[in-house]
Amino acid sequence: MPHRMKPVVYPYIPNSVPSVKEAMLKAVRVKSVDEFYADIPESIRFKGRLHLPEPLLSEADLVRHIEGLLAKNTGAREALSFLGAGCYQHHVPAVCDEINSRGEFLTAYAGDPYEDHGRFQALFEYQSMMGELLNMDVVNVPTYDGFQAAATALLMAQRITKRSEALLCGTIGKDKLSKIQGYVRPYLQLQLLGYSPVTGLMDLDELKQSISDQTAVVFFENPSYLGFLETRAAEIAQIAHENGALCVVSVDPISLGVISPPADYGGDIACGDIQPLGIHMEYGGGHGGFIATRDDPEFVMEFPSRLFGISPTIVEGEYGFGDVAYERTSFALREEGKEWVGTAAALWGITAGVYLALMGPQGMIDIGKGIMQRVEYAIRQLSKIPGVALRFEGIHFKEFVLDFNQTGQSVTAIHQRLLQKGIFGGVDLSAEFPELGQCALYTVTEIHNRADIDRLADSLQEVLL
Amino acid sequence: MKPIARKPIPRRFHQARWDEPIIFELSQPGARGILVPEVDTTIEEEVGDVEQKIPQNMRRETPPALPEMAQIHVLRHYMRLSQETLGVDLNIDVGQGTCTMKYSPKVNDQLTRSPKMADLHPLQDESTVQGILEVMWRLEQFLKEISGMDRFTLQPPAGSAAIYTNVAMVQAYHESRREGQQRDEVITTIFSHPSNAACAKVAGYRVVTLYPGPQGYPSLEALKAAVSERTAALFITNPEDTGIFNPQIEEFVKVVHNAGGLCAYDQANANGILGITRARDAGFDLCHFNLHKTFSTPHGCGGPGAGACGVTTALAPFLPRPTVEFDGKKYFLNDDLPYSIGKIRPWYGVAQNILKAYAWIMSLGADGLREVAEIAVLNNNYLLNKVLEIQGVSLPYPEGKRRIEQVRYSWEKLTNETGVHSEDIETRVADFGTHYWTSHHPYVVPEPMTLEPTESYSQADLDEYAAILRQIAQEAYTNPELVLTAPHNSTVHRTVHEPFDDPEQWAITWRAYKRKTAARDHTSGA
Repeated sequence: MPHRMKPVVYPYIPNSVPSVKEAMLKAVRVKSVDEFYADIPESIRFKGRLHLPEPLLSEADLVRHIEGLLAKNTGAREALSFLGAGCYQHHVPAVCDEINSRGEFLTAYAGDPYEDHGRFQALFEYQSMMGELLNMDVVNVPTYDGFQAAATALLMAQRITKRSEALLCGTIGKDKLSKIQGYVRPYLQLQLLGYSPVTGLMDLDELKQSISDQTAVVFFENPSYLGFLETRAAEIAQIAHENGALCVVSVDPISLGVISPPADYGGDIACGDIQPLGIHMEYGGGHGGFIATRDDPEFVMEFPSRLFGISPTIVEGEYGFGDVAYERTSFALREEGKEWVGTAAALWGITAGVYLALMGPQGMIDIGKGIMQRVEYAIRQLSKIPGVALRFEGIHFKEFVLDFNQTGQSVTAIHQRLLQKGIFGGVDLSAEFPELGQCALYTVTEIHNRADIDRLADSLQEVLL
Repeated sequence: MKPIARKPIPRRFHQARWDEPIIFELSQPGARGILVPEVDTTIEEEVGDVEQKIPQNMRRETPPALPEMAQIHVLRHYMRLSQETLGVDLNIDVGQGTCTMKYSPKVNDQLTRSPKMADLHPLQDESTVQGILEVMWRLEQFLKEISGMDRFTLQPPAGSAAIYTNVAMVQAYHESRREGQQRDEVITTIFSHPSNAACAKVAGYRVVTLYPGPQGYPSLEALKAAVSERTAALFITNPEDTGIFNPQIEEFVKVVHNAGGLCAYDQANANGILGITRARDAGFDLCHFNLHKTFSTPHGCGGPGAGACGVTTALAPFLPRPTVEFDGKKYFLNDDLPYSIGKIRPWYGVAQNILKAYAWIMSLGADGLREVAEIAVLNNNYLLNKVLEIQGVSLPYPEGKRRIEQVRYSWEKLTNETGVHSEDIETRVADFGTHYWTSHHPYVVPEPMTLEPTESYSQADLDEYAAILRQIAQEAYTNPELVLTAPHNSTVHRTVHEPFDDPEQWAITWRAYKRKTAARDHTSGA
């Protein structure tokens, strides 16, 4: 790169025009900007020039560079992917992308309801549609992701019950468990409950033995991390309630057209991740967390998140919006607020709202039913392959565990060979659940058709020969 | 024809007013917004009605009462709501001080929409994601250079989560030295973001908050009095929310270090000091950046953002897992970190925003970043001069104290003389098509206003913003009713606030609103 002799005018910096800069310095009566840094002691001033690559000043050069980097990636749609485990390839409706690309929503932030009425309404509507899906009256403005939603839901239960122990389903994913463990550590002792090696279902005998008057909460996932439905959910909730504990259930919102929401089987707090609802995977950057409860002040006052509410304005016929019970937040009370609130995932909340409005009740039923049928078909086809078996019997929503132990081969080796055929096999569970040996979690959604599933089955058969 | 005489500044503005119904009111039974791919008939025949296998008490019998709408109606509804929202793209967004509302380049948004970014699954084989891993690795190198720190994690989803990540690393560090029990206090300052206090509390710490002395920042003596063998860390912003740089920061760090504590630099907003001073140079052990502030990624109505935490080698073992590594040939994730604090969020961070921040730095380079800082500071001081010409506004703390990239002003005089509060001005500003923020609570500076012009606004933009404030101040002195009854040109008028704090009335969903108002309707009708 040649050394630049003349000053650069930066397109993102209007006042980098030298004459403008001069005029402004003059207007503020200084010779150089350096005078404003006078309070920064010499001893901590950075001397010299940051060692960074020479800039790509033109947009064309920048695009070429970034596209060159991205060319080294293979998008899931360029292959045939069966990956899931919390981040899912569903169809993203064009209108979802259209709305979340709108500059007004994309670049707004912390405005009042008066300049940002639309942002407040869109998030209130998101809360309201999630409320219908979850059959609950209170839903938060999204927190970061489903991990955070679960961790916060557990702490809410701890604060409500003032007890100090939590019982968790043993099939929870290890990353999610890591987040929860770290987060609730000062307040809750966690105990993982055993699960049936045949069905994966929670060991209810162990639950009954472990629960006590110290138990704040019983937590499980439905569908579980390993894909099967926790079919005795109502019984679990009942055991929790009989012992004065709350029941927190993490759910996949896209399943709720066909599967009952936690409120219908005794769940006190529902939580989960909205990424499946019209949001791209973004290499894991597309997450947003929801927490829902009944409309009980004891619960509402424990939310750390913002809760947008509807109210009249001084003009008849207008809907106004604002923050419900703002005084519980860390914005109002710093460390005396409930946990903390800040920038999280609002744009994904708006997007999930668009998704639910597009889908409507029938769309949510259709997608749930269609996914379950595809999964059933996939399980049947894949189980026919010699040495391959379904690990947990039961009802599966969009994921299921394939057991490769009888093939004598490692999941890693099998998946490497699938990759050569342009197929991303499921998530390798061998390190995460060593007790399962060589097993993998496969995901099938509405984007897969029969040919895709048959291709997977044929390819697996070939690579296992 | 004769030349058209243009309207004077401030411009006339009226926010979009669509009287848009709540989306449920737009429902047309039977309408569809999008269709779902049908199951192959052969699958249908083979597996049948799978949902009937769901045990009855878990099968959803009543469909969710979502709106039923044709696609154009969903689109139109949200287009209207977007019009009733005022992002950076539309306004001179200098009024949200501390939040660095700068221009988010469109090209970066566009680049992340590539299926080679948007449709990547985080567990794809590393050979299929070398591009994004390279971006993450390279951004880490940039941030190391910008801060002087030794390692970074890009995992935290936003600024407060990054603060929490730093708190968790501080805790792990002290525990590794068997001082976890003893060091149970975190010190912060009232002009540091509330999340410094709140995150420390969540992690179980007792929080000690220092208040400013006469100079606008806490005195060294106040710090010394607070520091002890119980101190785990100091979490501090500099320049603080006032825009004043604490010149004793090195001494602050030394005092805490001498007591065995760590120092974490909240650099959510580092916009005014890029290439000027670095966290490491002042002796900090940890720092964090918000990629959605200093590094330009869009604020998204309140996220997704992205946070980045930098640490010294001594703290690096505690970083969240995994880290992104490069062996000279390929990029890979290292999950084998026995001392790691574990996961802060799923996967590796908000990858699309990491890409946007990377692209932004690549478009500017070292000189460009320095230009960002210098123009942000110049703009701030230019606006400061303009604002101080306005009747009723003042600058707290002693004269001669410089302001870096933002200023916390006070309207105390105006309030005393007119009865108009800063919060009233905030509401009235909406009538002029822009935004304004008072400050975090508590209002240590009376009747506060916090402005941060960043590098994205021109001289004319700043003149226009000052003209709006000048006009509102004038109104306060001559016709305060006009301000007190604002907004006048917004989508809606003043909201009735009582229901928001009344459990009997608050309505956080449409279903709650219908239930609660139906009861009321019935009573009044009877």
